[in-house]
Amino acid sequence: MSLPVPVFEARNLQVIRGGSLILNVPALIITDGEMLSIIGPNGAGKSTLLQSLAALIKPSRGEVLFRGQRIGAEIPLLAYRRKLAMILQEPLLFDTTVFNNVASGLKLRGLKRHEYEPIVVKCLDRFGIAHLGDRSARSLSGGEARRTSIARAFATEPEVLLLDEPFSALDPIIREALLEDLEQVLRETRITTIFVTHDRQEALRLSSRLGVMMAGEILQEGSPQEIMKRPVNEFVATLVGIETIVAAEVVRRKPDTFVASVAGHEIEAVGGRDAGEQVLLCIRSENIALSSPEAAAPPHPRNFFCGRIKKITPLWLHQRVQLDCGFPVVAYVTNQSLTSFPLAEGMEVAVSFNPADVCVIPNRSIVKTGSQ
Amino acid sequence: MDLILDGITKAFWLLISFDPEVLGITLLSLKISGSATLISLFLGISAGALVALTRFPGRRFVVGLINTGMALPPVVVGLFVTIFLWRNGPLGFLGILYTPEAMILAQAIIATPIVTGISLAALQQLPAKLRLQILALGATRAQMVWILVKEAKLPLLAAVMAGFGGVISEVGASIMVGGNIKGYSRVLTTATVMETGKGEFDVAIALSILLLLLAYSINVVLTQIQQRERPR
Repeated sequence: MSLPVPVFEARNLQVIRGGSLILNVPALIITDGEMLSIIGPNGAGKSTLLQSLAALIKPSRGEVLFRGQRIGAEIPLLAYRRKLAMILQEPLLFDTTVFNNVASGLKLRGLKRHEYEPIVVKCLDRFGIAHLGDRSARSLSGGEARRTSIARAFATEPEVLLLDEPFSALDPIIREALLEDLEQVLRETRITTIFVTHDRQEALRLSSRLGVMMAGEILQEGSPQEIMKRPVNEFVATLVGIETIVAAEVVRRKPDTFVASVAGHEIEAVGGRDAGEQVLLCIRSENIALSSPEAAAPPHPRNFFCGRIKKITPLWLHQRVQLDCGFPVVAYVTNQSLTSFPLAEGMEVAVSFNPADVCVIPNRSIVKTGSQ
Repeated sequence: MDLILDGITKAFWLLISFDPEVLGITLLSLKISGSATLISLFLGISAGALVALTRFPGRRFVVGLINTGMALPPVVVGLFVTIFLWRNGPLGFLGILYTPEAMILAQAIIATPIVTGISLAALQQLPAKLRLQILALGATRAQMVWILVKEAKLPLLAAVMAGFGGVISEVGASIMVGGNIKGYSRVLTTATVMETGKGEFDVAIALSILLLLLAYSINVVLTQIQQRERPR
């Protein structure tokens, strides 16, 4: 049985600008119906990757295949672009009505009014902007303009949707409502989607596969769960929200675990490492439990330390607690937990976590990000 | 002061009496400058779009030339158009020297760099990613350029006003290539120069007021369109 032909296949894709290599993707395959999110900081090359896939910029080297066909050779450029829709950071609406904006892609394809009108009406309705049809695009609010740009993209019924940070610069309430609507439409239509963002929360919601980019390269790709649990290096760990990352040396090996030394303390982690190995231990903040030092039975006795609270930062649903245990630790405590176990800066607490929740990165893969 | 008041009074009478000579001069001015502006719009917007939307070696030099061209002295244009259209000149076979056609040609040469320069600036000030967005919507290159021109229509209206303003008010080139022939190639500016030379200041003032009224009327219409379309 032959494997299905991927929607996109990038081979040795490189973009060089001003003598600098700004995109270097040796291989990338995107299959039908997949929702791939690419996360990375500004300047990581995410937008360049998206524009290369959309054939909006010409790569310096390599090629992109669409359903097995070389773009520009086996499939004409215009025919290819008309199978895609792209939503950029700015809505970039045209100076006309909302209706005409949503209809623009269809008009460019030569559709007559009686052909595109029902499609546009449906799209306006689907994204909750039917009442704005006659309004000038120049008079829209940020959220309305964004909805119009999304409706414009969907009006052409694309095979592939490319999203370039479409929710940036929106206030949280509007962003949440738009994410909700887009998520629903993407699930209904099952359009192959590539979504680039620097917001990991957005990426997690809109992806079946995640890629992490930095300096033009995809450092890691896989399921969101896999990347969250097993980042390949410190940079990826930081990007997926791991705040406790400590350098350690393995001191002894156990049957299923090993023990590493960190600033005079010992941390046990699952896995096989030999004594003397230099590793980075990463622990997600939500997996760290805080309790009273006098508690009879700490939640995780194998990794149990005393620490002093340095700072408590209130967040929306929880508190971010920075601790000094001889090494820096960041834990999240729910507001509900605080009612039964009040915390204060300077207070001594017990810190514990499960060895299975410690992610181990070989020290050789450290990428200095300067974020710590 | 009396001279100016006499001029204004004379202009008023010339206007309300529909003086056939003045009417003819005014209509010819409008026809020549209007035609030249239309030609310059076609050439200038095309050239402006080409330079704005492409990258090529020496592009900055070309932009510099366009910007210099915006200050092209009409007498220089008049001189070279005359040389080119002279009986022995490269375009002498056309036989259009001292005709309204020669004046249209000279005025179009004056207005084209103005329209090109403003079009170039107008298209360059559009968001850089708008082009990508239009192409991603499935536009051909021609469709993309057309959409960009429509998006830049407000500053492009300024190009129309500047282009028309530049040629309706010029005199050097019109005299040199048109000859200021009564009833044939005499326009408001050349007539004003001639009347001033004759010491007929009241007529010259009257013609000047008519020239200002014409320029004002055209610009009022264009300004109305521009301000109605202004983004809120």
